Amino acid sequence: MSDSIAVELTEVSFSRPQRGQNADKGRLQVLEGIDLQVATGETVAIVGPNGCGKSTLLELACGLIEPDVGTVHSEPIALMPQRGLLMPWASALDNAALGLRAEGASKSDARDTAREWFARLGLEGFESVRPNELSGGMRQRVALARTLMADRPVIALDEPFAALDALSRIEARNWLLDALPEAGRTVLLVTHDVEEAAILADRILVLSKRPASVIAEIAPASAAPRDRTSDEVLGSREQILAFLGVEG
Amino acid sequence: MIRALLVIAAFLGLWELYCVLSGVDQLVLPSPVDVGESLWRDRSLLWSALLTTAGELILGLALALAVATAAAVAIHLSRTLRQSLYPLLVATQTVPIPVIASLLVVWLGYDLAPKVVIVALVAFFPVVVGILDGLAGVDPELDLVTRSFGAGRLRSFRLVEAPAALPGALTGMRIAVVISVIGAVFAEQAGGDSGLGFVIQQALPQLLTARAYAAVVVLSALALAAFLLLTITQKRLMPWSRLGESQR
Repeated sequence: MSDSIAVELTEVSFSRPQRGQNADKGRLQVLEGIDLQVATGETVAIVGPNGCGKSTLLELACGLIEPDVGTVHSEPIALMPQRGLLMPWASALDNAALGLRAEGASKSDARDTAREWFARLGLEGFESVRPNELSGGMRQRVALARTLMADRPVIALDEPFAALDALSRIEARNWLLDALPEAGRTVLLVTHDVEEAAILADRILVLSKRPASVIAEIAPASAAPRDRTSDEVLGSREQILAFLGVEG
Repeated sequence: MIRALLVIAAFLGLWELYCVLSGVDQLVLPSPVDVGESLWRDRSLLWSALLTTAGELILGLALALAVATAAAVAIHLSRTLRQSLYPLLVATQTVPIPVIASLLVVWLGYDLAPKVVIVALVAFFPVVVGILDGLAGVDPELDLVTRSFGAGRLRSFRLVEAPAALPGALTGMRIAVVISVIGAVFAEQAGGDSGLGFVIQQALPQLLTARAYAAVVVLSALALAAFLLLTITQKRLMPWSRLGESQR
C-alpha cells in the first residue's frame, strides 16, 4: 500500500453463516470481489440497497472481521456505528473521551483533550450531560466527536444520521461539514441517503444487491461539500438512483 | 408507599379479626396485638439478635459479591470456564440449605464462619447471574467501536463491560439480600447461640409463639430495609439503569 493510500481492499469477498444454520452449511455470500482504494484525506461514500453489506464492508476495512478471500490494508480506523451507541452511565464528555481511553490515555488526560474538542466542535455546555438527557441529534454529535477525537487517521461512519428526523439530520450534517475539515481525516461514509453522499463525498461507490459488488463509481467534478440545490448534487443523485434502479 | 402501608394495615386487621372471631389459642396463632406486645417486651433480646443476624448478612453478602464478581468475570472472559463453571454454579442452588447448614457447622464450628458461608451460598447465585446478564447485555456494536479504537479485550472490559454490569450486580444483590435472611436463619438454627433464627428456635419449645412471630417480623423488617437501601443506592448511583422506569 502506498503512503498516499489510507484504505485498500483488493478482490475482497466475505460470507457469513446463515441464521440458524450450521457454520459449514448454508453460508450467505455478502460481498463479492470488492476493490476499494481510499486516498489519504479523501471522503468516500458507499451507497447501496438496504442489507447489501455496506456495514460489513466497514467492519472489514476496520479489521474487525477477516475476509474469506482478498486482502485488506488500512491505516487505523475509528468506527462510528449506525446508532451512535453512547455509554448510558457516562457523561457526554466521558463518552467522547472513550476513544482516547481505549488507546491507553489516562482519564484526566482524555477528559482534558475531550474538553478542547468540545470547544472546537461547539459542544460546550453539554460536558456533564448523560446520553438519556440529550436529543437524538446531540447524541449523534457526541458519537461523532468521540470518533473524531480518537487518534486514528481514518474514520468510518456507518449511516451516522439514519436514526434522525429530517430536520435533525440536516443540522447534524451541517455540523459534520464544519467538523470534518477541523479533524482533517480520511473518511469512509456508508449511507443510504444519496443526497448526503452527493453533498459530502469526493467519490461515491455504488454497491449492487447482495452479494454486493461495486457497480459504479461517481466522482463529482467540484470539491465537497456541495450545495444541496446545485446541479451537480442533483445530477449525482439521479446517477446513483439510476444505478440502484430507483426512480428519483 | 401509602398504598403499601394500607395493604399491610388491612392484612393486620384481617389477622386480628380472625384471631378474635375464631378464638384460636394464642399459643397456636398469636394476634398482631400479641406480637406487638412481644416486640416491645422482648426488645432488648430482639435488638441484640438483630445485630447478630445483620452482621452475618453483611459479611455473607460481601463474601457472595466478591466470589460472584470473580466467577462472573472469569466465566464472561473465558469460554472454557463458562462451560466448566456454569454447571457448578447451578449446582450450588440445588443444595438443600438446612442440610448443608448442619454439615458446615460440623466442619467450621459454632461461631460466625458457617453462618457467613451459608448466607454467601444463598446469595451467590442471584448476584452472579445479575453480573453475567449485565456483562452480556452490552451492545455488541459498542464492543466493535471500542475495539476499532484500539482497545484490547481487558481494556474494553474495564471501560465498557464492567460499568455496564453494575446495575445487574445491584439487582442481583437486591434479590440476594431478601432470600439470604432464610440462609441466616437456617445457619443459626443449625448451631449457634444468638441471632434471630436462634431466638425463633428457642421460643417455640417454650411456647413463646408471639416472640417467635416477633422475631420473624424483625427479620422481615431487616430484609426489607436492606432491599430498600440497595434500591435507593441503585437509583442514586445509577440513574441510567431502568430501575426507576420499571417500578413506576
